[in-house]
Amino acid sequence: MLSISNLNKSFGKLKVLQGININIFEGDICAILGPNGSGKTTLIKTILGLVIPDFGSIKLNDKEIINTWSYRSDISYLPQITNFPSNLTVVEIIDLIKTIRPNTKMDKELIDLFNIKKSMNKKLVDLSGGTKQKVNIILTFMSDSPIIILDEPTAGLDPISLIKLKTLIIKEKEKGKTIIVTSHIMSFIEEISNDIFFLLDGSIFFNGTITDLKERTNENSLESAIANLLKQSHV
Amino acid sequence: MYKILRYSFYDLIRSKWCYIYFSFYLILSSVLLFLNNSLAKSIITLMNIIVILTPLIGSIFGAMYYYSSKEFAELLLAQPIKRNTVFLGQYIGLSLSLSASLVVGLAIPFIAYGMLISSEITNFISVIIIGVVLTFIFTAISYYIALSNEDKIKGIGLAILFWLLMAVIYDGFFLICLLALKEYPLENFSLFSVLLNPIDLSRILIILKLDIAALLGYTGAVFQGFFGKKIGMLIIASVLAFWIIIPIIMINIKSKKRDF
Amino acid sequence: MKSLLTTIICLFSINIISSSVIIVCKKCDISNISTAIDKAKNHDTIIIKNGTYYEFDIEINKPIKIIGEQSIIDAQFKGGGFNIQSDSVYLSSLKINNIKRSYTKDIASIVAYKADHFLIENIEFNNPFFAIFIQKSQNGIIRNNIINGANNDVLNSGNGIHLWNSKNMEIENNKIINMRDGIYLEFVSAAKINNNVSEKNLRYGLHFMFSNDNKFSNNIFINNGAGVAVMFSKNIIMQSNRFENNWGASSYGLLLKEIYDAKIENNYFYQNTIGITVEGSNRINYNHNIFKQNGWATKISGGCYENIFTENDYLNNAFDLSYKGRQNDNVFVGNYWSNYVGYDLNEDGVGDVAFMPVKLFSYIVNSIPEAITLHRSLFVELINFSEKVAPIFTPKYIMDKEPKIKPMNYAVN
Repeated sequence: MLSISNLNKSFGKLKVLQGININIFEGDICAILGPNGSGKTTLIKTILGLVIPDFGSIKLNDKEIINTWSYRSDISYLPQITNFPSNLTVVEIIDLIKTIRPNTKMDKELIDLFNIKKSMNKKLVDLSGGTKQKVNIILTFMSDSPIIILDEPTAGLDPISLIKLKTLIIKEKEKGKTIIVTSHIMSFIEEISNDIFFLLDGSIFFNGTITDLKERTNENSLESAIANLLKQSHV
Repeated sequence: MYKILRYSFYDLIRSKWCYIYFSFYLILSSVLLFLNNSLAKSIITLMNIIVILTPLIGSIFGAMYYYSSKEFAELLLAQPIKRNTVFLGQYIGLSLSLSASLVVGLAIPFIAYGMLISSEITNFISVIIIGVVLTFIFTAISYYIALSNEDKIKGIGLAILFWLLMAVIYDGFFLICLLALKEYPLENFSLFSVLLNPIDLSRILIILKLDIAALLGYTGAVFQGFFGKKIGMLIIASVLAFWIIIPIIMINIKSKKRDF
Repeated sequence: MKSLLTTIICLFSINIISSSVIIVCKKCDISNISTAIDKAKNHDTIIIKNGTYYEFDIEINKPIKIIGEQSIIDAQFKGGGFNIQSDSVYLSSLKINNIKRSYTKDIASIVAYKADHFLIENIEFNNPFFAIFIQKSQNGIIRNNIINGANNDVLNSGNGIHLWNSKNMEIENNKIINMRDGIYLEFVSAAKINNNVSEKNLRYGLHFMFSNDNKFSNNIFINNGAGVAVMFSKNIIMQSNRFENNWGASSYGLLLKEIYDAKIENNYFYQNTIGITVEGSNRINYNHNIFKQNGWATKISGGCYENIFTENDYLNNAFDLSYKGRQNDNVFVGNYWSNYVGYDLNEDGVGDVAFMPVKLFSYIVNSIPEAITLHRSLFVELINFSEKVAPIFTPKYIMDKEPKIKPMNYAVN
């Protein structure tokens, strides 16, 4: 479904992505992992067209998407902490996204799910970090897109909301959606995803299932497996 | 683009800065009318302030708004819309809300003072139009500067520097040129330099409307001859339009190339 | 004035006693003005009935009265109108049209030469070359006339009322439009020029030279090439005149050049490029004038001494004062300056800080006129301010130590 080949990007002298090749198939839930500065966010932003790669290609359903924009109606994106326009209300921001995205019917359901009905007419500047993240999640999941990209979705969420988020993701998976997620919370990754892309200094250092990774590193938990990977890389 | 514009406008029009800016003009024009006790004199003072202040505020807000709404812009950029839609929408939303503060803040006291039935109404309207045009010009330029500079401090600094250049340094340089070229006929040179700077151009336009006598030395006659004719007005309108259009084009180009 | 009146009264009384009346009309025995004058005896009255009379260069060589009924005398560009060569001539209620142009002779609708005690009134001059041209005459009155020039160009037009080498003239209630100079005086003394309107004249509304002891009051000078030029004269009084809209490259409301001992009071200067420009003039009192919205309210060039400016209102002029020259013993005191930003703590109506009317920018504009394009720019405000704090170029000693807090409005009319 999404195939990335030989993707390269550098900011000045710094090479952020070097020859990335990724194939993601329909229904996959894959996690992009890696230490800070490994290029996770840049990779996601390249897929979204926020960052324009130096060369390489990104194909969605066999169509080149670099420098086009309409394909983005197929991707829902949850960005890391968003600083919303402070003086708009929650209703207004939801309306805004609804007017620019197709298929956004899920909003009411999600508002109920995350229980933010009473904050609907509050200004975004007055919301707590957790509520903001809930709004953020609603904005992402309310549209029915085949691909969902989540950048640190757990940030600022309380345990109950976290569970709700997980069920939400699993529900979307059952619908056959493709989900790409980054997170530092390994237990979360372990619970929801099957495929792992481990990025290091802009290249893919490991690609496989969680079980593959555990076997390769002889570790029981994903967390230690990742730690092990990092150790290997420094040898 | 209209959707983005509308939401930016709503966001800004409710912000405290917008209220402060609005109240500033409200108080300024009330105080002017109260102290001067004359519409004509108040409009002259107002012109002095507007020609300098609207570009400054446009410069500061253009850059600040870009930086403060950057994260939200990224969210919008990930939506199925064109890049330039996001930035042009934000830019126009910002310029409109600044202009609204300006127009409403000035209009209320002046209308209350009986401006609508006085002969000064056309002068007042020209001052307002100039203020709005300058807001659009300098907001566009500083928005572009912010778009081209990742560093917030540097971006705002450059925007203010550009304002300083146009508002003060340009004129100082112009005066030095005049001193150096004293022996030559300078009418066309000064006409040309005025045309190049939107602040100077706006100032001259309003001066020609308001206190014409002062300028009607020989230079004034040349200016009057040029600006008084239809073709002169056309040239001015196009120069001012260029000052808006070119930064917008630059915003467009920059927004296509940039990474976020 | 009194002597003039008595002479006129005498003149009239003589008429009543001994004069007869001659009537001129198209169908009368005498259908021609020149013939009527030939036949008239001294102090007779000629009445010109309504109609158009195609005559020119009509000589009046005896003391007579000529009264029309707004009758038209059309010279058809063949020559001048009347030529007065006698004392005690009275002309009234006529229209004198279409006078010949000349580049060598000063042809006029009415010429008077060595003619004393004349009275010219209620005459309309249409398309004259010169309208009224008086030489070497005394005790004349010119009043209630309307002079309408064709306003071609300076070469093709003459002056409205032109006085040369004359004395004791009264010029009142005339309206002069579209001439070269509205009123021109040379070597004229003891003239009283009141209540005239001089408008749209190519050169000056009023122009006079070498003419001492004259008084101008309540005149209006609007839209002239330049308002009033007063040169090389002494003891002039100018009161309650209005100078408006005299715009142009070096145009002004009032020019004073080599004037001594004058009083300029209660005049109103409105929207002139320069209100008053003064060169080499001494001992002039400027009191109670209003300078409103002029480019330069007052421009003083070198060689002006002992002039006093008191209780004038300077309202919203681009420049209140431009001053050339290093020294100054002119006095500015107790004026109102709308550009004054001082305060009045003891509330006596006088500002507690002196006002310096000369700005650095006006100094710059004096040497580079094109710099005027920077008028009202922030840069100019900045240099003006720094100059105010630490004067380098502008004369420190020109200041009003007792600036008024409110305008006095003496000259409102």
